[in-house]
Amino acid sequence: MKVTITVNGEPIQEDVEDRTLLVHFLRDIANLTATNIGCDTTSCGACTVLMDGESVKSCTVLAAQADGAEVTTVEGLAGQGGELHPMQRAFQAEHGLQCGFCTPGMVMAAVSLLKENPHPTEDEVRTGLEGNLCRCTGYHNIVRAVLAAAEENS
Amino acid sequence: MIPASFTYRRAESADQAVALVGEYGDEAKLLAGGHSLLPLMKLRLAVPEVLVDIGRVRELSYVRDAGDHIAIGALTRHHDLEHSELLAAELPLLAHAAGQVGDPQVRHRGTIGGSLAHSDPASDLPAVVLALDATLVARGPSGTREIPAGEFFQGLFETALDPDELLTEIRVPKPATSGWSFQKFTKRAIDWAIVGVAAQGDAVALINMGGTPLRATAVEQALAGGTPAAQAAELAAEGTEPPTDLNASPDFRRHLARVLVRRALEEARS
Amino acid sequence: MSIMGTRVVRVEDPRLLTAGGTYTDDLRVPELAGAAYVTFVRSPFAHARITGIDTSAALGTEGVVAVLTAQDLDDVPPPPADQPIAEPMLARDTVRYVGEPVALVVTDGRYQGEDAAELVNVDYEPLPAVIDLDDALRGDTLLFPDAGSNVVAADDGGAADQAEDPFAGCEVVVERTIVNQRVAPVPLETRAAAAAWADDRLTAWVSTQNAHWSRDAIAGGVGLDPSAVRVITPDVGGGFGAKIGADREAVAVAWAARRTGRPMRWVETRSENLVAMTHGRGQRHTIKIGGTRDGRITAYHLDLVQDAGAYPRQGVLLATLTKAMATGVYDIAHTRAGYQVVLTNTTPVGAYRGAGRPEATAAIERAVDLFAAEIGMDPAEVRRRNFVTPDRFPYTTPGGMEYDTGEYAAALDRVLAAAGYSELRADQERRRAAGEPVQLGIGLSTYVEITGGVPELGETARLEVHDDGSVTAWTGSSPHGQGHATAWAMLVHDELGVPMDKISVKHGDTDALAMGIGTFGSRSLQLGGTAVHQAALDVKERARELAANELEADKNDLEFDQAGGLWRVRGTPDIGLDWGRLARLAGPDGLTADVHFTSNKATFPFGAHVAVVEADVETGKVRLVRHVTVDDAGPILNPILAEGQREGGIAQGAAQALLEEVLYDREGNPITSTLVDYPFITATELPSFELVDMATPTPVNPLGVKGIGEAGTIGATPAVQNAVVDAVSHLGVRHIDMPTTPERVWTAINEARAGQ
Repeated sequence: MKVTITVNGEPIQEDVEDRTLLVHFLRDIANLTATNIGCDTTSCGACTVLMDGESVKSCTVLAAQADGAEVTTVEGLAGQGGELHPMQRAFQAEHGLQCGFCTPGMVMAAVSLLKENPHPTEDEVRTGLEGNLCRCTGYHNIVRAVLAAAEENS
Repeated sequence: MIPASFTYRRAESADQAVALVGEYGDEAKLLAGGHSLLPLMKLRLAVPEVLVDIGRVRELSYVRDAGDHIAIGALTRHHDLEHSELLAAELPLLAHAAGQVGDPQVRHRGTIGGSLAHSDPASDLPAVVLALDATLVARGPSGTREIPAGEFFQGLFETALDPDELLTEIRVPKPATSGWSFQKFTKRAIDWAIVGVAAQGDAVALINMGGTPLRATAVEQALAGGTPAAQAAELAAEGTEPPTDLNASPDFRRHLARVLVRRALEEARS
Repeated sequence: MSIMGTRVVRVEDPRLLTAGGTYTDDLRVPELAGAAYVTFVRSPFAHARITGIDTSAALGTEGVVAVLTAQDLDDVPPPPADQPIAEPMLARDTVRYVGEPVALVVTDGRYQGEDAAELVNVDYEPLPAVIDLDDALRGDTLLFPDAGSNVVAADDGGAADQAEDPFAGCEVVVERTIVNQRVAPVPLETRAAAAAWADDRLTAWVSTQNAHWSRDAIAGGVGLDPSAVRVITPDVGGGFGAKIGADREAVAVAWAARRTGRPMRWVETRSENLVAMTHGRGQRHTIKIGGTRDGRITAYHLDLVQDAGAYPRQGVLLATLTKAMATGVYDIAHTRAGYQVVLTNTTPVGAYRGAGRPEATAAIERAVDLFAAEIGMDPAEVRRRNFVTPDRFPYTTPGGMEYDTGEYAAALDRVLAAAGYSELRADQERRRAAGEPVQLGIGLSTYVEITGGVPELGETARLEVHDDGSVTAWTGSSPHGQGHATAWAMLVHDELGVPMDKISVKHGDTDALAMGIGTFGSRSLQLGGTAVHQAALDVKERARELAANELEADKNDLEFDQAGGLWRVRGTPDIGLDWGRLARLAGPDGLTADVHFTSNKATFPFGAHVAVVEADVETGKVRLVRHVTVDDAGPILNPILAEGQREGGIAQGAAQALLEEVLYDREGNPITSTLVDYPFITATELPSFELVDMATPTPVNPLGVKGIGEAGTIGATPAVQNAVVDAVSHLGVRHIDMPTTPERVWTAINEARAGQ
């Protein structure tokens, strides 16, 4: 079927198999490979993107379901001039990433979290990121990064 | 992993959804948020020929005050239940429990109707609507009918819905007693409940203690007969057939049910 | 001023945060244009004979390029005829674990692979599956009948030679069998490979910790000279030991590319990963500890059974490391450690963060706590009375290890102070007295571990100063999250004064650097970093000669202004040569240095952890509420990176102690093969960690550094487990196997109560 998805502000139209997952639309058709696949069961959150402003796991959304939607990936987060989004800046400053594989999904989940709860407690950050797995950091610096980004918001 | 091939059809209205399901019959599955169905399809544990996407049927996404009850559209997302001011005021148990489903991403997509129609006894919301004595409204080719929550859940992944019926609304009577509690026992916050308890006043329902969500009838009867809560809670596992899985044995589940029901009653009454 | 020891944020991060890394499946290089996709057909049986494979249905499907089975392996070297145990590229006659590759399907499209793989029809004749360790040891069913036994290695540690019973004189003896369960490494990026065959050369992209070992494995497996293979390591999304070298799937992908002449891509699914990537740990320990009632430990025995899985990849190595490190930080008069390494019809077991040392530490730290409980002494005090004291270093252990430096008591004292140990004990006492439903548990571990990962193999570095004054550092070390690009640039900057943003660090291309070893065993900084440091010194020495020549001065009269990156003749501040000028002066050979640094000694980091848990004694649910650590790995190059390693390590240790376990049913079917069933630890199960610094240098290398990559896991695992036991010890519980799940804690309480 033919779907049109606006990815990072740019409409992309493609005739895809009905079963095409949004994550593969992003990676193989839009050629935006930052969004990763880490599991088969909606568990790890590596594929998290914003769909119409809210975090979703793009491995559990059909491209057909996203037809007409606005999708933001981590590639679309920095400003026009390349200046980092406050969340990206905080992840670097607080060493919230190591191998980087969970990072795009983690950052997008964190952006969505602060949108819904601009000043979370540490516990709220942890709960808000329960759908995103990281094997490298022990989450310690990810939590600090999100709290730092929230601080910057205020 | 990738689902096996299927044909995707999108319904723009409830009527169209019913028509499409009628057209394809048993080959079709309704796709709401997709967060129960798509993972099963990716593991190829579900292989429907046709998916009828009802995710855009906005007319079925609402939370309304209908006088003696709250009417909830079947396609209302968990996220919207969690943040509904009306629910917070009238049905805090449901709002709170919706906030415990899955994770934020899942709650942005998953719907109450999808969760109920999936009929997984380990899910949170089936037990909640059971404790709240909700009525479920189904629409089929010959019109609508009402199904009490107590009759809706027939077994693991089985409901009272006919294959050509669409769940459209959940009607929850405004509770007579305001005290409530939701106890979800898990290893990790993100897990399905090993055992869970939804209590509204003295109405108590159990998660994952059998093939369907269950009312803790023995507890409720004891409470009605004036038995103190702590003693009544000892009856929590009566009449249950808890499953064995890698998280817990039936014995441990029975024990948890007793502890969690006691805590739920204590919290609901405090 | 030296940059060493400063908190430099990572230079890797802007790219990873804006464009994402380029992991193997992200490659969009021209060599892989039009690549086909590989999907493996894997065994659904733990143990079976293959009686037939019908590929016709799959071959008749749209998009299927080829279906390859063991029958097609006629163009690769056969397995060595004289070895009864060999792991084939694709199973030929017998499958030995669920998930073993049996065939591979090559398709034009990504989505066609799974469809086609379902259509490959394999006939199996099931054989009895060997899952239980005692069954495996008994050997009624053999995985490799020609080998005559399922035991692939054994060493009783000299049990037969012991004339007297070392426990005979002990006032107290405790003996127990405990399980160090099998866990899954679960790097977030699953295994992946790509390959292209062109001009009689194979280029393979592998998600690995070792490009050069992967090159050699692929060359050997496919039957090529290593010079005909180039391996490139793109970004790697975590390894944790499970991506050491190249697994048979990566070799098969390269083989399929050569055989079909078509570029290939492969990335496994998580469900495959959880059954086909190596698992970690998988040991059963019988511990026996004895001593005096006043807290002196005089004898310790460890007998372990290592579950190697179906093929003995690193199982023997793990057992020998556990044996070597059995006595930990303690000075014990009579010790013995022995092992048996046994095959079972399960996924092969390999290295996982710590690889053998967490198991050794878990065994003795549990044993010491059991001993402390038996004599009724505070576990901190028992530890203090038995440490190897600082005056004994270098200290040769009964296991033959030469510990370089250690301040074990100081580490313990420091962590106890930071944790507020006596206040914690007072809180625990109060909760116990009040009979509260949520009890406090305080767990200790004091550890020493071995780092340097085969130091005699060393590590390589190549430095080149370019005409514009920028520097490229190639390293044989192989980062997958550790931050080498930042750390190595700091080392170069520190010697050459070249600004950080003018230093680029490259790794993982066997054509660019012909030799290298890679990253495992916490070896990177002490070997790879030292090699880079040495290369910078060599470049400086060469620069001094070039500058002396150019400035017509004696080279001893030259001075280097590190801050300005300029060479001058002493006393002539106005004339200086910068690095670009020197590179141009070096001529066609360039201003370069090649170093292969080797060491004949490992290093032995140590530390002490305090874990604090709250345990709901009604439900058995445990929550880790604090984790305080001292991890001494010598001087720290970049605290940000070192702390990151410690924090990640703590989480993995806590994960093993609290949650994670790979499970099989009796027929050998894995029941934790998705991330729904395998309880990977999340942010909600962990607190923020409290890290305390301590730095005791080693004389073993010029930087004085030890490894920090695995220490967190090694220290945390037993500390958290000990905390859980401690939380319910007043109810009579002495031990709970890992993972300390709610049901296990509840059962332990019930059993203790029933026994009283």
